Amino acid sequence: MQAISPTPSRLRLFRYAAPAEFYRLTGRAIPFVAVLCAVLAVAGLYVGFFVAPTDAQQGEAYRIMFVHVPAAWMGMFIYVVMAFWAALGLIFNTRMSAIMASALAPTGALMSFLALWTGALWGRPTWGTYWDWDARMTSTLILLFLYMGFMALHSAIDDPRRADRAAGVLAIVGVVNVPIIYFSVKWWNSLHQGSSITLGSAPTIAAPMLAAMLVMTLAFWAFAIATVLTRARAIVLERERDTEWVRALGGTAS
Amino acid sequence: MSWGSWQAFWAMGGYGGYVWGAYGAVAAVALVETLAVRARLARARRAAAQKRRRP
Repeated sequence: MQAISPTPSRLRLFRYAAPAEFYRLTGRAIPFVAVLCAVLAVAGLYVGFFVAPTDAQQGEAYRIMFVHVPAAWMGMFIYVVMAFWAALGLIFNTRMSAIMASALAPTGALMSFLALWTGALWGRPTWGTYWDWDARMTSTLILLFLYMGFMALHSAIDDPRRADRAAGVLAIVGVVNVPIIYFSVKWWNSLHQGSSITLGSAPTIAAPMLAAMLVMTLAFWAFAIATVLTRARAIVLERERDTEWVRALGGTAS
Repeated sequence: MSWGSWQAFWAMGGYGGYVWGAYGAVAAVALVETLAVRARLARARRAAAQKRRRP
């Protein structure tokens, strides 16, 4: 079946060039990012468990921080990136933008789930409770629901272009929640502690603790990049099945 | 940071259940998501290859 397009051939070439080029470049880049992720994770875990000292107040329970903080940051950051791509898709109607937004949502949802899960297991020994309906925790739960709403809405609409637009609007509206999460510990009285790291002021934790947290954050970044790009490649193939460049891949399409 | 023994390491000063419950969930999510995206890409490749054989 030939892809039917009313646009002139030059325009069509431009339209199909972006996903094809994306597919080719990410195919080369992802293995390096995955290896980088593994190296960073091993280094971060080593510093976190064998270099960083015991916390004076929280004992060993504080070591949950090395996965909790990166997960919480990624949950928020991925949402902003997702809304950014969704907005680009709505404004310029570019093919890759909506694919990137769709590819980011599941990883962002898992990151915010991990932030809640590890937070609960950290809260129990330090605050005496797994959960409290305070501003930080409630707004992070809403973040998880926004991701799930995005995915549910997208999969509920059969036409992918219409699904992109509807879910894209939801993503953009929901971005208002991100500053609420970030500033919630300042704006409201919260059980959650304030930031250990704030832009423009010195960190309030010991150097090896900070190092472990930052290296683990980089590992989470690499993980998110590798998984999101792999998912985006799959979506590209699913959507561009009928195009010339996918036919031209040959073999099992590496 | 010296733990003295592996037993002390796994006990995490009495917080073992919380610490390993958190790290275990992270490891499980990382593993499952990695396998899931790889499976999805493999499925998409197979579908595209099938389309080429029988256009």
